[in-house]
Amino acid sequence: MYRSHVLVCGGTGCTSSGSQQIIDTLQKELEKVGLQDEVSVVQTGCHGLCALGPIMIVYPDASFYSMVKVEDIPEIVSEHLLKGRVVTRLLYKETVSASGIKSLSDTDFYKKQHRIALRNCGVINPEVIEEYIGTGGYAALGKVLTEMTPDDVIQTILDSGLRGRGGGGFPTGLKWKLTKQNQADQKYVCCNADEGDPGAFMDRSILEGDPHAVLEAMAIAGYAVGANQGYIYVRAEYPIAVDRLRIAINQAREAELLGKDIFGSGFDFDIDLRLGAGAFVCGEETALMTSIEGNRGEPRPRPPFPAQKGLFQKPTLLNNVETYANIPQIILNGAEWFASMGTEKSKGTKVFALGGKINNTGLVEIPMGTTLRTVIEEIGGGIPNGKKFKAAQTGGPSGGCIPAEHFDVPIDYDNLIAIGSMMGSGGLIVLDEDDCMVDIAKFFLEFTVDESCGKCTPCRIGTKRMLEILTKITKGQATMEDLDRLEQLCYYIKENSACALGQTAPNPVLSTLHYFRDEYLAHIQDKTCPAGVCKALLSYHIDADKCKGCTLCARNCPNNAIIGSVKNPHIIDQEKCIKCGACMEKCRFGAIYKK
Amino acid sequence: MENITIKINGMQVSAPKGSTILEAARLAHIEIPTLCYLKEINEIAACRICVVEVKGAKSLVASCVYPINEGMEVWTNTPKVLDSRKKTLQLILSNHNRSCLSCVRSGNCELQKLCKDLKVDNEALYDGEKTPSEIDFSAAHMLRDNSKCILCRRCSAVCEKVQGIGVIGANERGFATFIGSAFDMGLGETSCVSCGQCIAVCPTGALSEKDSTDAVFAAIADPSKHVIVQTAPAVRAALGEAFGLPIGTNVEGKMVAALRRLGFEKVFDTDFSADLTIMEEAHEFLDRVQNGGVLPMITSCSPGWIKYCEHYFPEMTENLSSCKSPQQMFGAIAKSYYAEKMGWDAKDIVSVSVMPCTAKKFEIGRKDQAANGVPDVDFVLTTRELARMIERTGMQFLALPEEEYDLPLGIDSGAAVIFGATGGVMEAALRTAVETLSGEELPSVDFTEVRGTQGIKEATYQVAGMDVKVAVASGLKNAKELLENVKSGKASYHFIEIMGCPGGCVNGGGQPQQPASVRNTVDIRALRAKVLYDADANNPIRKSHENPAIKELYATYLGEPGSEKAHHLLHTSYVKRRINEI
Amino acid sequence: MKSLEELKAIRAKMQGQVGLRAEDHTHTRVVVGMATCGIASGARPVLNTLAEEVQKRALTGKISVTQTGCIGLCKYEPIVEVLEPNKPKVTYIRMNPQKALDVIEQHLIRGQVVAEYTLGAAEDIK
Repeated sequence: MYRSHVLVCGGTGCTSSGSQQIIDTLQKELEKVGLQDEVSVVQTGCHGLCALGPIMIVYPDASFYSMVKVEDIPEIVSEHLLKGRVVTRLLYKETVSASGIKSLSDTDFYKKQHRIALRNCGVINPEVIEEYIGTGGYAALGKVLTEMTPDDVIQTILDSGLRGRGGGGFPTGLKWKLTKQNQADQKYVCCNADEGDPGAFMDRSILEGDPHAVLEAMAIAGYAVGANQGYIYVRAEYPIAVDRLRIAINQAREAELLGKDIFGSGFDFDIDLRLGAGAFVCGEETALMTSIEGNRGEPRPRPPFPAQKGLFQKPTLLNNVETYANIPQIILNGAEWFASMGTEKSKGTKVFALGGKINNTGLVEIPMGTTLRTVIEEIGGGIPNGKKFKAAQTGGPSGGCIPAEHFDVPIDYDNLIAIGSMMGSGGLIVLDEDDCMVDIAKFFLEFTVDESCGKCTPCRIGTKRMLEILTKITKGQATMEDLDRLEQLCYYIKENSACALGQTAPNPVLSTLHYFRDEYLAHIQDKTCPAGVCKALLSYHIDADKCKGCTLCARNCPNNAIIGSVKNPHIIDQEKCIKCGACMEKCRFGAIYKK
Repeated sequence: MENITIKINGMQVSAPKGSTILEAARLAHIEIPTLCYLKEINEIAACRICVVEVKGAKSLVASCVYPINEGMEVWTNTPKVLDSRKKTLQLILSNHNRSCLSCVRSGNCELQKLCKDLKVDNEALYDGEKTPSEIDFSAAHMLRDNSKCILCRRCSAVCEKVQGIGVIGANERGFATFIGSAFDMGLGETSCVSCGQCIAVCPTGALSEKDSTDAVFAAIADPSKHVIVQTAPAVRAALGEAFGLPIGTNVEGKMVAALRRLGFEKVFDTDFSADLTIMEEAHEFLDRVQNGGVLPMITSCSPGWIKYCEHYFPEMTENLSSCKSPQQMFGAIAKSYYAEKMGWDAKDIVSVSVMPCTAKKFEIGRKDQAANGVPDVDFVLTTRELARMIERTGMQFLALPEEEYDLPLGIDSGAAVIFGATGGVMEAALRTAVETLSGEELPSVDFTEVRGTQGIKEATYQVAGMDVKVAVASGLKNAKELLENVKSGKASYHFIEIMGCPGGCVNGGGQPQQPASVRNTVDIRALRAKVLYDADANNPIRKSHENPAIKELYATYLGEPGSEKAHHLLHTSYVKRRINEI
Repeated sequence: MKSLEELKAIRAKMQGQVGLRAEDHTHTRVVVGMATCGIASGARPVLNTLAEEVQKRALTGKISVTQTGCIGLCKYEPIVEVLEPNKPKVTYIRMNPQKALDVIEQHLIRGQVVAEYTLGAAEDIK
């Protein structure tokens, strides 16, 4: 038993910023001063504040160290862990105030959050099943198997109001009910862990930080719908998540929480992993199942729906990782508890991945109905460098942009759709005045074009043609007829594509056209990019009055495009300029501007 | 079956439960256009041509796969639907090589017809980058030009689901998607069996046989050559389709007339050598039965099947009859027996065949198919190529007189003509084998148990006190199932007939293409096969061993079936291959 | 696992340990002086005993055991302070592992301050 636990984040973000070296050094230093039997080092999942990694929390006093470097470790060990003197200068600045050191849960970042799906992330060691059990893990499965009928379970999920967290927002309980209703000799429970929206990583975090929660939920689902085999379809690009899932499945099998006759109830359930090769379309449910079956990952026509004929043509329940992570808590705390959070039609919480122009990039879990303003200004810490908010992009390549006018709309499934975006899997990218909305739309369309499976005509060729028109616009070569053609293609592709990937692919274009049409017109009619992003439409110039002739810009130009002699104003050769902006960044006199 | 009622374009339609919107609409005499859909083979809703509006649906739905349900309301011709179909075609055209003027499928192209029907008046509307592609010439029998491919996937579906082979499929994804083989192999490097079923279902000119028409025209024009031609049984049953005749019209006489007018010196019938095949094969079968040879013996007429056996069941090549196919037997006899008869040098004979088959183009290049030091057959034309030659020379096919084959290699029995339908070789062989074994004349020559278009047929016949168990399979997926049952001991037979194409040669990969709208609603195989069974019934000679030309051939040249000379000319050998090893 | 009892047993064993990672600081804090003077006079075994016992008895949800620097009464080390919400601080001096167990049993569980170990008692004697 240890008197103190040092939690070091082992999520993908912190691992890539060096948390493994931190752990190794920490263990060495602890041994040096003989604390190895008193202080335990625990590698956990993600805490959400990825921008501050590597992250380390010392318990029981809950001191939150951020951006820890290997060089800082000896001091933390000898001062804090041995002598109890917190190394204040290394603490996360938000936790240090004039009145003393605040707990992490009192900081703006965490105060407005409500962690259900993420409750164990960053708290337990995901590779130790006992730690999960210690926080109440597998109690929900125990309760379900010993006290509840499958119909009770389904009713609880129905009453909770939980909706699918993968994007569509289909009522989870209803999905379970439909799958149960279909009689078959074999049914399956699948977990969609093929998270693919650019910038979204909540599912990865849950798998890395709390894999057993997903296993437990799948077993509960298996009991409810009458399945004894589960599959988790996870991207092979998530190596840490895959490792932790493997470990978790083995531990659960060893503890007989997976396998035959769980809790002596007569219920059998096992789970296997299937690794995806990273095609975005395999997040679409029928493509996912086709891929598990060993075929090229392409969607197939619906109906039949998975609940009727899914994996291997058997009734199949498919939910996403975050949806499953809510299940044990709903079972343990009751449907009413869950339904007390959120809005009328969107209950509970939602995890968002904050990215883009925001101070606290990372993962946050907020009650449904929280406003964009709260998320961006309070939890996210606002926009860096005092820039002006322009829009928030939600729902990734299937979603749209929410402009400032909707800053106070409570975020839930239906509101987001009403304002032309969607919840999606929870990516939230903040855009400021320096972002060009045409360029943003083009970015998402490039993604869709790249990830289209190529099966149906509208998506395979239509999105490509859309991208070609958008490219023309950003180059200032488009006409108003092109814009018409683009808009018509949007509506056509939405109506005619075979699966949700194609049906939603035009959304980023449609929503930017809706809210920022003037930017499109500026590119087409005035041949300018108002945000100064589209290279073909801007040029760099030197203000002769401000230029001191210091030559710094000329020396930094990678293409020798700046001409001028010392102490005389310089000029940019527009033929040679590659518009990288290096000169503007270097100029100390503000003499270089773009237009 | 239970019927349900829906509304299509405001009209009540009653259709069996489980029908698709497409099927229900057909009952209401509305033909919804399709492009990728092939019933029971390719039901993937990929092309989106067949979209319709359904009340309450959040987007248009693909009628080819969408099941009807009670009270459903469907509109098949709203402006939104028509405009969507048109845009789909315009998008397809934007990535399509629009060389319609010279395309082999011009006039018979499903894409072209749809563009006309759906009033695609601006074919360049969405022009932009095109998916890069190169023509794959690597296979002996066909080429693939992906610049004309519309990615309907019918070819890969038929290859995998009907033939059980699957050597082609979608590679890459999105706009870069193309149909090809694994690991960038050319089709000729794979275990493609050359059956040509992919060509038969291709809606456009992306897939076509390797064209030999120019070479044949050149040979005919060469005064130093004797250019002779043979036509397979199934050709006469389908050639008329290329000239607008109904499926199931026998055009033997006009075909012979056309060939003569094209300039072939002699016009012969492969039926002749089909009878010869029966003589050799029946003899071989009886020899195996009587002398403990390898059983079951399996027929060897279908070169697609032979290549399949070599790649996928190499351990069973000993079961194959050593007989050459009728095409090759004909060539070998033409360049020996007939050459001697005519006083021609075998080197001066150009032996051309017209076949319902693309695998025949591969077969002529196999080893052990040149009995006289020169290839038994020099050029293979598919039925389609013959039709194109007739068109090119301006012949009015329908106005041609009915003419007869030349003698003596134009004489046939009814047993020979049914070679073109699944079960025909078996029936022909039984007619001869049973009489030979029992020494008594058959009371009836009709072995109806082995007729019909089903994939696998079985029968047992009492012959001279022995139970002879036979089986017939057509289509290679069926062949696979049958052979696996034999291998596992689940079934045992003495004699098996296998044809590479479903339904046999009448449905061969070289026959005139019928659009999906016909394929989905009409049993082409049965209609074409009926031509052959009628011809059999009308032939006074019903048994191969009673063909007088065959009798004379043995009496004056070959001796007995299975003689050394017969072996040299009429038998061949096989190669043990492996999957994707040539 | 064939019964809920097995699960409950593991949970009971682990609850104290993972409870150490609670974020709620309104509960009782037990602070051990761990400066050089404290360590020299035997504060470490005292700290470890307290920490272990609190976890064993699954009290981590209510009580946190931490160390602090020099409290300034070096001659009384090892020193343990108990800070309960809304109550005066109690300072125990010259602690050892056995005394630590007594403090947990009598003070932290039963609510009776162990007067004889306190700084007050020492000063009274003086």
